[in-house]
Amino acid sequence: MSAILVQIPGLFTTVQDLGREGFGPIGVSASGAADPVSLRIGNRLVGNPQGAAGLEMTLVGGAFAFEQAAVIAVTGADFGPSLDDIPVAMWTSIEIHKGQTVTLGPSRSGARAYLCIQGGIAVEPFLGSASTHVLSGLGGFEGRALRKGDRLEFGAVNSLFRKKSLSPKALETLQPRKLIRVTDGPQSDWSPNSSWKTLCESTFRVAEQSNRMGIRLEGPAIPLDLSREMITEGVSLGAIQVPPSGQPIILFVEQQTTGGYPKIANVISADLHSLGQLRPREAIRFERIEMSEARSLLIHQEELMASKELFQE
Amino acid sequence: MRKAAAGDAQFQAASDQSLLVSFGQQITLDNHQRVLKLLHLLQAEPIDGIRNLQPAYCSLLIKFDPLRLNHDEVQSRLVPYLARLGKTPLPRPRAVEIPVCYGGEFGPELSDVAAMHGMTPAQAVELHSSPIYIVCFLGFAPGFAYLGGLPEALASPRLETPRAKVPQGSVGIGGSQTAVYPFATPGGWRLIGRTPVAMFRRHQDPMNLLQIGDHVRFRPISKEEFAEFSKR
Repeated sequence: MSAILVQIPGLFTTVQDLGREGFGPIGVSASGAADPVSLRIGNRLVGNPQGAAGLEMTLVGGAFAFEQAAVIAVTGADFGPSLDDIPVAMWTSIEIHKGQTVTLGPSRSGARAYLCIQGGIAVEPFLGSASTHVLSGLGGFEGRALRKGDRLEFGAVNSLFRKKSLSPKALETLQPRKLIRVTDGPQSDWSPNSSWKTLCESTFRVAEQSNRMGIRLEGPAIPLDLSREMITEGVSLGAIQVPPSGQPIILFVEQQTTGGYPKIANVISADLHSLGQLRPREAIRFERIEMSEARSLLIHQEELMASKELFQE
Repeated sequence: MRKAAAGDAQFQAASDQSLLVSFGQQITLDNHQRVLKLLHLLQAEPIDGIRNLQPAYCSLLIKFDPLRLNHDEVQSRLVPYLARLGKTPLPRPRAVEIPVCYGGEFGPELSDVAAMHGMTPAQAVELHSSPIYIVCFLGFAPGFAYLGGLPEALASPRLETPRAKVPQGSVGIGGSQTAVYPFATPGGWRLIGRTPVAMFRRHQDPMNLLQIGDHVRFRPISKEEFAEFSKR
């Protein structure tokens, strides 16, 4: 089998696909790419099924030597990708010769870059997915972030493949947002109007401790009716939970599956990929929208992902 | 806000792709059994387009494919299931015994917990290992079972500063809840002991030692027995 050798692992690089869904009854969250839109596009650029496993890099990328020829694509945030020290374009299929090295550096834009390889990264699936679940050390490559010297195999090449690029218009439309749209959460009615006002009229900063489990925000404390008792319940991806400190936490891909803090809002599905590109100290704002609007935004996004105009050859 | 009810179940949109079904606002055996029954029914006869089910004490969070279903559709598909809850029998609960070495290095807060309630560590161990607990649900992390039935006399506040890493197998008390940490994870519960038994076994079927609905009993063991178990 073809393989890549990790020469520089980067700050935090893991194997990710679109995650494992349906294991709530045994307490396992879906995990999966933090920016699934970028992973899906990267896979399609190399002729993979959109859910194939790729590498997710965080803030600082790594260097990967190819033992055999391959076709790759680099998507997500701009980590200044290069091939044997010559800069290469993102969002396009690139042919790699045997012995060449792909290097990504520090981020110039968002938080996460994806390296997709034709054939997909081959790891033993855990509960049907290649995604790394770091907290429990399960899935992905040995359940952990990559280290120098790791050797990762990838699947067979696709001979029917034709090179392509993401259309500039689609890239523009799918840009990660800093104004995150939210719908009401299960405890929305716990919060006096002032909490919505605080949430939607303030600027929040992404805290350093944010990770794939949760995005911690710093800003004005969100007032809550603390006299009400909360019973631990299932929590959804993108839930904005408010602990007693009033500093909100957005539950993210490697989230806990249940929680006991009130959730006043929930990030809409169409904006979840934007969360994966938030960097520490970055400023974000929230906008409250109706459930029906959230739904049409997602339908619109998926129509674009399925359209012929997404790629150009 | 979308709120509706069917019988004693309440529906609420939790996100644009999830619906929360609640049975009352109290942790009772009755409410929990309704959750279990609905879970079992939905697992036995899945609804197309439903992607995940997350049970808890008195609620079930249902995640669906928002491109195929909306909240109203999920709700109306659930009504016939809810109507059958009364006639749905629950499987006989399995009985699981978990050996625990209490106190010492394995349970650094056993003395604190005992002192908090004016008892000796031995009394606290006796109290913690006497009831039959019920696995209310698995959550937080893979294999983490929330157990119902902690004697009120042992309820203890969480640590002010959570530990960055709780050792695997630790038995903790957080508020009126008790559980075993299946992995070395961050955690804020007070640790009273540790089990040598693996709670999550990646290569076994089922992976979890404990399943929702199980009856659990803790059996105190000595340090020597702990070492013996660990060797196996």
